[in-house]
Amino acid sequence: MTIMTKQHVVTFVAKQGILIAFVLFMVGFAIANQRFIAMDNILGVVRSSAIIGVMALGVTFVVIGGNLDLSVGSMMSFSTIVVLDLHDKVGPAMAIPIMFALTLLLGAFIGFLVGYLKLNSLIVTLGMLSAIHGLTLTWSGGQNMDIADKSGTWFSFFGQDRLLGIPVPILVFGLLAVVLSLLLSKTAFGRQVYAVGGNGQAATFSGIPRARIVFLTYLVSSFCVATAGLLQASRSLGSQNTVGQGLELTVLAAVILGGASLLGGSGTVFKTVIGVLILGFIQNGLLLVGLDFYVQYMVTWAIIILAVWLDVAAKRGRLWSPIA
Amino acid sequence: MTSQNRRDLIKQSGIWVFIVVELAFFSIVGNYLSVSDQAFMDFDNMLLLLKQSAPIGIIALGMTIIMINGNIDLSVGATFALAAIVLLDSMTWPFMQNLGNWAIPLAWGFALMTGVVLGAINGLIVWKTGVDAFIVTLGSMLGFRGLVFMYNGEQPTSHLNWTLVDFAEAQFLGLHTATWFLLGTALVLWLVTTRTNHGRNAYAVGNNRDAAVNAGIRVGPHIMWNFMLIGFLAALSAVVFYSESGSVNPNDGMLYELWAITAVVLGGTKLAGGYGSIIGTLGGVIAIQLLRKGLGHIGADTQTVNLVIGLILIAVLVMDRQLNRQGKEELKI
Repeated sequence: MTIMTKQHVVTFVAKQGILIAFVLFMVGFAIANQRFIAMDNILGVVRSSAIIGVMALGVTFVVIGGNLDLSVGSMMSFSTIVVLDLHDKVGPAMAIPIMFALTLLLGAFIGFLVGYLKLNSLIVTLGMLSAIHGLTLTWSGGQNMDIADKSGTWFSFFGQDRLLGIPVPILVFGLLAVVLSLLLSKTAFGRQVYAVGGNGQAATFSGIPRARIVFLTYLVSSFCVATAGLLQASRSLGSQNTVGQGLELTVLAAVILGGASLLGGSGTVFKTVIGVLILGFIQNGLLLVGLDFYVQYMVTWAIIILAVWLDVAAKRGRLWSPIA
Repeated sequence: MTSQNRRDLIKQSGIWVFIVVELAFFSIVGNYLSVSDQAFMDFDNMLLLLKQSAPIGIIALGMTIIMINGNIDLSVGATFALAAIVLLDSMTWPFMQNLGNWAIPLAWGFALMTGVVLGAINGLIVWKTGVDAFIVTLGSMLGFRGLVFMYNGEQPTSHLNWTLVDFAEAQFLGLHTATWFLLGTALVLWLVTTRTNHGRNAYAVGNNRDAAVNAGIRVGPHIMWNFMLIGFLAALSAVVFYSESGSVNPNDGMLYELWAITAVVLGGTKLAGGYGSIIGTLGGVIAIQLLRKGLGHIGADTQTVNLVIGLILIAVLVMDRQLNRQGKEELKI
């Protein structure tokens, strides 16, 4: 057996750090409060994380491709409002595909700007955050959107029902995670996303259509956002215009927590799921042991910075930055 | 005049041309569509506009130097809220009661100190860990907001001091107190960026960090100073705004970071660092406020403002890229 040097330890902890932290958290909370590991509590946490989770899956693609998406929260509000509005106007069976088409259109627009016009994704999606919010308010006239007949619609299936004893949002989240994980790790498209994010120029020289790949990552992201909007609308059957406001940063935090580098080229769907679950279980665990909700903010702060710091430290082989 | 100079002139004056276009547009269209009898170009209206652009404006000016550095600060909104709470709450502390009006400068001092300390925390983490400022401040945006909620739960913090309100509502030479703070901050930062070593270093660090290190600039402390500066300015913005309003909600200041960044980008500063100007940002701030007020003046709903500002931000990006690409093509020849 080889002797572990300090370097090895740092690298090992950094690589598996997120899993180690997750396990430690779960064990710690389970000891502190038995209710934490009760099945209904676990299902409850996963279910309430599902909407953030579904959005995080899509953002993972964008981030691996070397870009950012700050518009997902505002876009999710749009999807939710649109599908609720159309539900009463054209019926749920038509409302869902129309909502998906409109959301994908928004994603395609962003993808066009960032992919083909090569504009800075941070600013483009910042602008779209504002623009889509305006679009949502114009659609709804600034009013809350509610389904007229809340008890008589099968639309509530996605957000409220159970299938084989498991809440449907969890199934949707799980299914989407598996499909997108396969897409990212087993297909040519997935490998091209990594290549474009890792080194865009090299990817272009190897004949990878960089613009199209970036465009497609935004399509994947907007598809996930539409799914999240569907879950949200179906769960509440009514919504404010600001339902997704601020979620973009929570989603990004989950993706970063999962170890995707903001520089692109690294990250996996599985790790993002872990990141989402960590955020969800921390929130739940801190509440169960009786701490105030704001402690969760500060713990998340510490965890995000520690996770990225460990990652950076492992890559450069030393803990502290060499900057004078 | 070389083509490079001409391009720089177009870029720098672009935002002011845009402001003039806005003024003309809203004045003319306002004659037909306005819901009020008041003219848009009314003098008092313009004074009010400057006053209203102060809170975001002061933060955006600080954000400019952060972005020239090639960094970004997403935690300014939370810093703004926490400084506001310290300002209002400190005036109710027991030992402050006996000080009379001397409590006011002391409360200002506490609030500004809060901002500087929060900024120093960000700066220190960026410097020592080498983690990207985007991630560090994304984290502290949550963390600082947690501190805000810790202070007073979900209750608003209120304290009205009439001397303070009188001061905040005063007009000196026609301009409101808040406007003076905005212009003062702009003047100081303009001098810092154009006339001092620190300003030159800011551009150098943003342009090429490794080269800056090799040139003997102590990049770490330099970055930390700038984060302390923006923390101070976020607190100053809170001090100016809440001296008048006297009540702060724990959610106040949310999304301020996005508005500030929008103003800075409209003003021509590059996200990649190394390029930008304080005067441009001042133009960006005024342009956004003009747009908000103008759209309201011609009777557009608030939702249209979001839509228009978002699209303008993207349009600016497209134009900017066009100008830059021309530059590179001409360089080849």
